[in-house]
Amino acid sequence: MGYIVPIKELGESPLVDPKITMHEVTDLVSKVSENRAPRGWWFAFLFAASFTGILGIAVGILFWFGVGVWGNNSPTYWAWDITNFVWWIGIGHAGTLISAVLFLFRQKWRTAINRFAEAMTIFAVMCAGMYPGLHVGRAWYAYYMFPIPNQMSLWPNFKSPLMWDIFAVSTYFTVSLLFWYVGLIPDFATLRDRAKTAIRRKVYAFFALGWLGSNRHWQNYERAYLILAAFSTPLVLSVHSVVSFDFATSVIPGWHTTIFPPYFVAGAVFSGFAMVMTLMLITRAVYGVKSVVTMKHLELMNKIMLTTGSLVGYAYGMEFFIAWYSGNDYEMFTFTNRATGPYWWAYWTMISCNVITPQIFWFKKMRTSIPVMFVASILINIGMWFERFVIIVTSLHRDFIPSSWGYFRPTIIDVFTYMGTLGFFFTAFLLFIRWIPMIAIAEVKATLPSADPHFGHAHAGDGEHHHEDKPSEAAPDAALVPGE
Amino acid sequence: MSAEKPTSSTAAKTAMTRNALYLAEFSEPGACLHAAEKLRDAGYKNFDAHTPFPVHGMDKAMGMSDSKLGWITLACGITGVSAGWLMMWWMNGVDYALVIGGKPPYSLPSQIPIMFELTVLFSCIGTVIGMLHLNKLPRHHHPIFESDRFAGFSDDKFFVSVAADDPKFSVEKTKALLKACSPDGIELLKEEI
Repeated sequence: MGYIVPIKELGESPLVDPKITMHEVTDLVSKVSENRAPRGWWFAFLFAASFTGILGIAVGILFWFGVGVWGNNSPTYWAWDITNFVWWIGIGHAGTLISAVLFLFRQKWRTAINRFAEAMTIFAVMCAGMYPGLHVGRAWYAYYMFPIPNQMSLWPNFKSPLMWDIFAVSTYFTVSLLFWYVGLIPDFATLRDRAKTAIRRKVYAFFALGWLGSNRHWQNYERAYLILAAFSTPLVLSVHSVVSFDFATSVIPGWHTTIFPPYFVAGAVFSGFAMVMTLMLITRAVYGVKSVVTMKHLELMNKIMLTTGSLVGYAYGMEFFIAWYSGNDYEMFTFTNRATGPYWWAYWTMISCNVITPQIFWFKKMRTSIPVMFVASILINIGMWFERFVIIVTSLHRDFIPSSWGYFRPTIIDVFTYMGTLGFFFTAFLLFIRWIPMIAIAEVKATLPSADPHFGHAHAGDGEHHHEDKPSEAAPDAALVPGE
Repeated sequence: MSAEKPTSSTAAKTAMTRNALYLAEFSEPGACLHAAEKLRDAGYKNFDAHTPFPVHGMDKAMGMSDSKLGWITLACGITGVSAGWLMMWWMNGVDYALVIGGKPPYSLPSQIPIMFELTVLFSCIGTVIGMLHLNKLPRHHHPIFESDRFAGFSDDKFFVSVAADDPKFSVEKTKALLKACSPDGIELLKEEI
């Protein structure tokens, strides 16, 4: 009875705590929704929910009085509304990147954080989706954005990038929701089977769709998951590319650049990872899931932030270079104005948060320090908000004729709307943590060493499925051998 | 321990029941995989494995053919791209021609983003509905849930089930075969007619 160690890649270390068993994974994740909510959850929930109430007030005032309650003016027709839209949708992108792109690349470490990140995607896209509806001013005409027959017999203009955006964002929301739900089906079954009360069992049974872990089901399920990942990957790239087309296809200096699609996608992933990090560090500390979400996961996320942060820094530099190299006076003026004009403070906040902050992650000590990564993730969230603000407001506020120049100042309603969407996001997120398994139970189990059918006892008389490894070879991986 | 657990409460209900399936429990994915192989080699067709996560190599062990889901996705994707193209061509090019920015009312390049998005949208909705259709889900009743121990499938237990309508099913022989796989328990589950 020798032990057989699963084949591992060179230098690979266990993803989750090697001593954890399947039952412990189930227990650890399910208990969060089975036990009473900690007092901190209630405080956080009431706090977030009251901000959601502020959103209701801000939106009510907006609908009653019109967009004049915002600080938008001529020439700054787009300001916080579109800044927040792009910021939120960008945050969503990390969730899809973790769930789809890393899945296709077989990055198994994603299993500990993908559920969490996908939930973040869905709530962030909900927040983003509010703004296009709100900024049209008369929200009761928002259905004009969709190709629905209306009383004016008019159809939308499909040549407009704003129209592409409607399709991109609504497709993105639908597909993210489907992807998230498909991943949740087996975990809802777990909660159903553990349920102690009838009502709890009934609710989870409803969402589990009668899942019975059948291998004939798993086969189609896994194929569906693969197909959804394969579609989500180009989708996530297309969504932020289309968002950048809102700007890039216009003729405004500072917007009309071909670097926008890749630059926006890199920025989106960057800000999204920062948001996942902020939320994950808090949840990990509160709910004690440190054995599943390990320092290795956090370090890998920091590496991605370093990469995408540097890509964004490169894009900032390249924009300036092209402004100079093109020889276009308007373009050059816009960029000089960004760095030295009335909004210089926003520009330099952006540079210090987005370009300088992630550079600390070159050092392993910084990558593995929780306080450092927490502060850095907050700074990056702020920096990425300023990036969108800088792109939108500084390009608009001084346009072609100096007589029409202006300066944008947000009103209290702008601030309330933004704080309100933050409140909505956190309210939804807290409800998610409370009622839905926040870690993909089935997926994490599949990455445990004991999930390998070749692991454990070598069954006598069956050579077909076993490697002829000698137990002595297991020595370097002693931590993976059960019972030690 | 291969001690056989007496069948659950359903056995008591003698009125109008018939055999539904055999259920064998294992505590390791490897043992479950070998049981599936034995059933496949013995010529069983209507049997299944129930595992907390997809066990690597189980499709082969059960002798299953590849999933047909990709074909459903393909059909939905083609529908999506054509529907998107037709919609935009008819709305902007035929029904209400809009000349904007001096561009022709119908212009293919500007339609590509929406055609792409609709391909993705239709394919993904089709994939999920197709997956549920192939799996015959949602299904809120199954005789397998009569077993008390079956709830472990979503935790850390591995099961093999053999349906009574399998041509090779026999109360005695199937039981002997499953017993030879040394499971943690075997149950014969009934269903009401």
